[in-house]
Amino acid sequence: MNRAGPYLKTSYADDSALAGTAFLRTWLALLVAAALAFPFVATPLLLDLACRAAIAVVGAHALNLLTGYTGLVSLGHAGLIAAGAFTCAVLVEELKAPFWVAMPSSIVVGALLGLVVGIPSLRIKGLYLALSTLALHFVILYVVGEYQSGRGFATGLLMPRPAVGPFTLSGAKGWYYVLLGVAALTTLFCLNLVRTRPGRAWMAIRDRDVAAAATGVNVTYYKLLAFVVSSALTAFCGSLWAYYNSFVSVEAFNFFMTIEYIAMIVIGGMGSILGSILGALFVTVLPYGIDAAINALPVPARLQTHLFAVKFGAFGLLMALFLVLEPQGLVRIWSRVKTYFELWPFRYPPLKG
Amino acid sequence: MQLFANTLVLASTYVLLATGYVVVYRASRVLNLAHGELMMLGGYAFFALVSVTPGQLIVAVPAALLVSFLAGVAVYFAVMRPMAGHPVFSAVLVTVSLGILLRGLVILGWTADIKYPLAVAGYQNAPLRLPGGAVLSGVDLFAIATAGALLLGLWLFFAKSRFGIQMRATAENPRLAAQRGIDIHLVFAVAWGISTFAAGLAGVLYTSSVRLDPEIGVIGLKAFPVALIGGLDSLAGVLPAALLIALLEILAIQYVSPLLSEVVPFLALLLMLCVRPWGLFGTKEEIERV
Repeated sequence: MNRAGPYLKTSYADDSALAGTAFLRTWLALLVAAALAFPFVATPLLLDLACRAAIAVVGAHALNLLTGYTGLVSLGHAGLIAAGAFTCAVLVEELKAPFWVAMPSSIVVGALLGLVVGIPSLRIKGLYLALSTLALHFVILYVVGEYQSGRGFATGLLMPRPAVGPFTLSGAKGWYYVLLGVAALTTLFCLNLVRTRPGRAWMAIRDRDVAAAATGVNVTYYKLLAFVVSSALTAFCGSLWAYYNSFVSVEAFNFFMTIEYIAMIVIGGMGSILGSILGALFVTVLPYGIDAAINALPVPARLQTHLFAVKFGAFGLLMALFLVLEPQGLVRIWSRVKTYFELWPFRYPPLKG
Repeated sequence: MQLFANTLVLASTYVLLATGYVVVYRASRVLNLAHGELMMLGGYAFFALVSVTPGQLIVAVPAALLVSFLAGVAVYFAVMRPMAGHPVFSAVLVTVSLGILLRGLVILGWTADIKYPLAVAGYQNAPLRLPGGAVLSGVDLFAIATAGALLLGLWLFFAKSRFGIQMRATAENPRLAAQRGIDIHLVFAVAWGISTFAAGLAGVLYTSSVRLDPEIGVIGLKAFPVALIGGLDSLAGVLPAALLIALLEILAIQYVSPLLSEVVPFLALLLMLCVRPWGLFGTKEEIERV
């Protein structure tokens, strides 16, 4: 095959390759190497942070498929995460189920819940749909709360370490590699999903549902599919969360968690796979970043005693700033930086002609 | 009888909060998810003012309400006006982040401790025995009266006053209203002001009779189903919806479990969305159908 240059695509395989250029492949390989080497240089705190970020990446992808790609706004994300986490916990608690039973079951439960949550989306949309998911969030929390207090687990349910045969997953490094792999596979899954038929149908529905229907997209089917896939992934994120923390309690899944996930896709950039990853990393690292900044800088003692409030306030402020000033999020900033270097020393692309 | 009295008290809080949702929604089609936090802000303004002027509620309460009103106007000009032209959902998210920001700032300013503004003011909230055997506190009675007065006042304002009619016109068709010489930014700002004023009323009354801490904003979320069940763009629907939800909630506390009472408003909301998504008295065309 005769390649004329890095940007000339001469075959269908070239066209559909995920990392089509040598430049991209090099950087991707470097990134993977850096991610694999990370546990050997990181402190335990950083490693824990990375694991949490990986779980958040899964959850952010799930929400992004639904809200970013299909345009169906969900305010019930924390409820679905709770559903996934509690399905695992209940199966482990009541039936002593091993993790390779509990985790798929929670994904199935998530998919079924997605079907239930999705049904209102066939009748209503926009704000009203968001509200029905918000209502479901509270209903799910009530059900699991009732279970938790009814069965006498006042503070929460303990989870065992996931084990297959003689192998038990424990230790920060083990968790890191597993979660890194899971996050990478989820990313690959979503990336391929959105550039094939379902993804294109979702984007068509997002941009204009009537036009999508007119061009032959089965709106009912693809809306429900979006809910099912997203909720299954969300429940998966919940079960990862449960096993990683080895502890499940209903208090953790409050409305603030939903807001955090929405903030991830908003700050990262809606409707972008890279955006979900960036947003999840950003929102997970932010509180620790503020911690570090406050410890390093000479700030009033009042701020130090109310660290939680500072984090809370900074989070709200950042989210508002992104929404007002940069609605397309970190991805847009990233692409601007890229364009700047690509075009340098010019400021705009040369006129075609 | 006590049940009935409790229902009325809860309904009065819901009326005060739900009118705030409705007024903002009618004006700008934005659902203000920071409403609970604005109520909290009203409560803290009240607390700060009674701390400065102890024993003089006659000064502190109107001042707190004025602060609430101005906070609403400020929110409109600082946050909502730049969002004009963006998708409605972005504007809703901005209110969410505003709520978080407010909560953080309030904890920074006043810590997260529980406070009792009325005690600071040097008043007691004595229980009163009513004819019929029910027991209510003075503040509770006052809350019921205030909720009624607010509804009546808003009805008079929207039905009779020149500015109220301008606001209704703007709600119906902002462009046409602007064409006709109505200052729609003033209208929107005043709508936000009225909304936070009502939230401030709710904040002052709730913190006087129950408590004040940064968590009370959650009540805002619970009042939200009331607004939707009544119809998001219908002030007339607020009262029956508030009474209905309050009654269901009180019954759930009494006969089932307090945990269930927390979700009763949301169950009612889900049911309403399935059956009649535009609410009891809302406009049918208002809703985005598929």
